[in-house]
Amino acid sequence: MNADNGITHSINLDDLQRERTRLDINSEEIALTVTDFNLFYGDSQALKNISIKIPKNRVTAFIGPSGCGKSTLLRCFNRMNDLIDIVRIEGTIELHGENIFAKAVNVADLRRRVGMVFQKPNPFPKSIYENVAYGLRIQGINNRHILDEAVEMALKGAALWEEVKDRLDESAMGLSGGQQQRVVIARCIAIEPEVLLLDEPASALDPISTLKIEELIYELKSDYTIVIVTHNMQQAARVSDYTAFMYLGDLVEFDDTNTIFTNPGMKQTEDYITGRYG
Amino acid sequence: MDKSGIGHHISQQYNAELEELRSRVLAMGGLVEKQIADAVTSLVDADAELADRVITTDYQVNALEVNIDEECTQVLARRQPAASDLRLIIAVIKTITDLERIGDQAEKVAHMGIRLADKVRPKNNYLEIQNMGNLVKAMLNKALDAFARMDAEAALQVAHEDANADHQYESIMRQRITHMMEDPRSIAQSLDVMWASRALERVGDHSRNIAEYVIYLVKGKDVRHISLKKMEEAALDKR
Repeated sequence: MNADNGITHSINLDDLQRERTRLDINSEEIALTVTDFNLFYGDSQALKNISIKIPKNRVTAFIGPSGCGKSTLLRCFNRMNDLIDIVRIEGTIELHGENIFAKAVNVADLRRRVGMVFQKPNPFPKSIYENVAYGLRIQGINNRHILDEAVEMALKGAALWEEVKDRLDESAMGLSGGQQQRVVIARCIAIEPEVLLLDEPASALDPISTLKIEELIYELKSDYTIVIVTHNMQQAARVSDYTAFMYLGDLVEFDDTNTIFTNPGMKQTEDYITGRYG
Repeated sequence: MDKSGIGHHISQQYNAELEELRSRVLAMGGLVEKQIADAVTSLVDADAELADRVITTDYQVNALEVNIDEECTQVLARRQPAASDLRLIIAVIKTITDLERIGDQAEKVAHMGIRLADKVRPKNNYLEIQNMGNLVKAMLNKALDAFARMDAEAALQVAHEDANADHQYESIMRQRITHMMEDPRSIAQSLDVMWASRALERVGDHSRNIAEYVIYLVKGKDVRHISLKKMEEAALDKR
């Protein structure tokens, strides 16, 4: 190999495949399994017979117009909808084979395993350090040494450490929106969840902060299963491995993201992602 | 992709941009068709003036290629097209490259027309060039028509017809080799005829390429460098 021309590797033409390898959900390890799932707000049905498998250590994006049920479904994954009285559900959701609606399930424990980040950054009015340590403190961990280490790991994991390491005692409220959102993600991953639910995590952020969050999502997927709801289709195209398109409570199409954005199978999906009338 | 094609975006402006792009490709296609027709006519009719005009008009084809490429870049940058819109832009970028090359082939045929114009005419008055010209003109026309109507089946026919163009080229070549062996004085003329028919055979190949982009546009399947049978499966795939 000629070192002078800067080429450090060459393409192995024997391995060059004619077609891009499609991700195949059937060869994935599955984190969440939704089966025949219905959800009603009073008399109106918000989710209609949804069945979907969310692969482990992948980014799965839910897209669809407002009111299609994507946020509702996301909130089911850590039973946030329990907080709404008029909600009634049918069907099952399993986390690694275990029904999350079973009586034996401790909801607080479930939410520790399935963390959530919302559209609007919601840091607590505390220091950056205490925000990230919060989840550990309520688990009864108060050893300063353990907390220091966990906070550093989480902030590094959230790609924020370099920016805040010298001012961990300052209020998190004084950070920029993008930094606040990364504090929230750090708070989430400090307790080492299995699944991260992101509900429009970057829609209140400027483009550069958005790119940092997207870069973070890419880095986090080796450790976490990530489910993201977004209105920004280019964002879904950029960050996700799989994309699910929902419309009026139905799951219309679920496939690997490259396929959805180059050659979707359903006309409804096509119309939505190309910005046509549905 | 449905036949209604590129309309129906919520953004009327986007519809207009894609429609404009499409009509420019078809305009470029129309110009290139005329270039090929004129080049063949100039050769068959010994019309050096017409051949000259073909050669000087090629700059228009080149200008259209650059212009349409620029438009595609704009749409990619500003609209981030997806799915069928994305495939349309990709198909356009590739199609105009082939159209520009067809333009170059027309220029070559016209050059041969000029060289043969003041030489002794054969008895058949270059009927073989006329026939082959007709065949590849029809292929190009059908490919452009398939693009305009987003018709994968019509595009498939173009791919089938490319084999005929190849056969015609081979038979012209065999015939000319015989001529040259029988009468070495005809070598110069025979070479010119072979160059012209070679250019027309390339027009057939480029038309087939355009047809392949149409199948990609309509069906989302890349059918380059595969057997006709597999191409048929992709083009007729019902979705």
